Amino acid sequence: MKALMVILLSAMLTDNFVLSKFMGICPFLGVSKKLDSASGMGIAVTFVMICATAVTYPIHHAVLVPNGLEYFDTVVFILVIALFVQLVETALKKTIPSLYKSLGVYLPLITTNCAVLGVTVLNIDNSYSFVQSIVNSFGAGLGFMLALVIFSGVRKKMEYADIPETFKGVPATLIAASIVSVSFMGFSGLFS
Amino acid sequence: MPENKTSLGREVTKGIIKENPTLVMLLGMCPTLAVTTQAMNGIGMGLATTFVLLGSNIVISALRKVIPDKVRIPAFIVIIASFVTLIGFLLEGFVPSLYESLGIYLTLITVNCIIFGRAEMFASKNGILASAADAIGMGIGFTLALFTMGSVREIIGSGSWMGISIPVIHNNPMLLFIMPAGGFFTLGMIIAIVNKLANKKPPQEIECGGCEGCPMADKCGGKEAAE
Repeated sequence: MKALMVILLSAMLTDNFVLSKFMGICPFLGVSKKLDSASGMGIAVTFVMICATAVTYPIHHAVLVPNGLEYFDTVVFILVIALFVQLVETALKKTIPSLYKSLGVYLPLITTNCAVLGVTVLNIDNSYSFVQSIVNSFGAGLGFMLALVIFSGVRKKMEYADIPETFKGVPATLIAASIVSVSFMGFSGLFS
Repeated sequence: MPENKTSLGREVTKGIIKENPTLVMLLGMCPTLAVTTQAMNGIGMGLATTFVLLGSNIVISALRKVIPDKVRIPAFIVIIASFVTLIGFLLEGFVPSLYESLGIYLTLITVNCIIFGRAEMFASKNGILASAADAIGMGIGFTLALFTMGSVREIIGSGSWMGISIPVIHNNPMLLFIMPAGGFFTLGMIIAIVNKLANKKPPQEIECGGCEGCPMADKCGGKEAAE
């Protein structure tokens, strides 16, 4: 249990996917303008990460490894993720339209979110067990959401700031991200 | 599009400066930030991406009339992922040190928006030669951007360049620059400099076919400039 907590918290804080592993930068910069879109994207990514892990882990260990096809990981995983995102989108549309309305626009973006493919591959690389993989994905998703939510607050403040013409837009956002990333460096060494 | 020499040349050069994928179009941010702690890694990542981009652009362009429109996205993904697997094997076999230092980011070339973006925007609409030229241009632009990022971060952050230590700085490097925070900071600064240089040019240089059907029409406000 303690080991699981360490995996969860380190995926969330010390090895935050966005701020220290640089995965999922595109949505981090793209949909962090407002708090509700940031949290919506965070929830959608967490959900897809957990489900993708639950699907890819058995595929890797039950189908690919026994047949000596580990090198097909990338091709198979990205296809599974793409299919899965499509499936979730269709299922949500039919069953829970209200949830689809709030999450729907973010779902297609998730296929090309490198954090999702990244977490599934990392789970295999770290040779985690099934439960550990799920916990790691959950932590990674929460960490992604945390970074997005915190950053949406920072960006809201930035709207009132008087930024030099050259730095307006992306440069200012990246430098703000750098400062947020420094604050996450405070967590390093927490579990070593 | 007539595939003569001048237009092919333009396909190559546009990716290097005017439509630089990283610094102007802001695609493929993840590898740009993640692997550029050293200039050498930047070049390695850039060349690996160029290889995948060239391969996938050529294959997708060759198959653009065969792939049905409805399943084009999964088809593109499979083609791109196959080339990523291929370059993974090549690097593991011939340059194991680079393979080690790129690590998981090599796999993540699959979801690099530059490659998918070029497949969707260019290769699925243009001929093989033009697509290959486009891929080479974009690849060089990406590699140059990564090399610049890597050089700045390596010189300031570890006091060396391409593994050669630089006197004076080497004794007191600013470690922050090779940490994640320094990556965000350096990229922000480089984009700001590019913005500054780009704004100096007179607006008449914008070569566009009018704002109708241009995806950037509402953003660029270039209606007056075009007229």
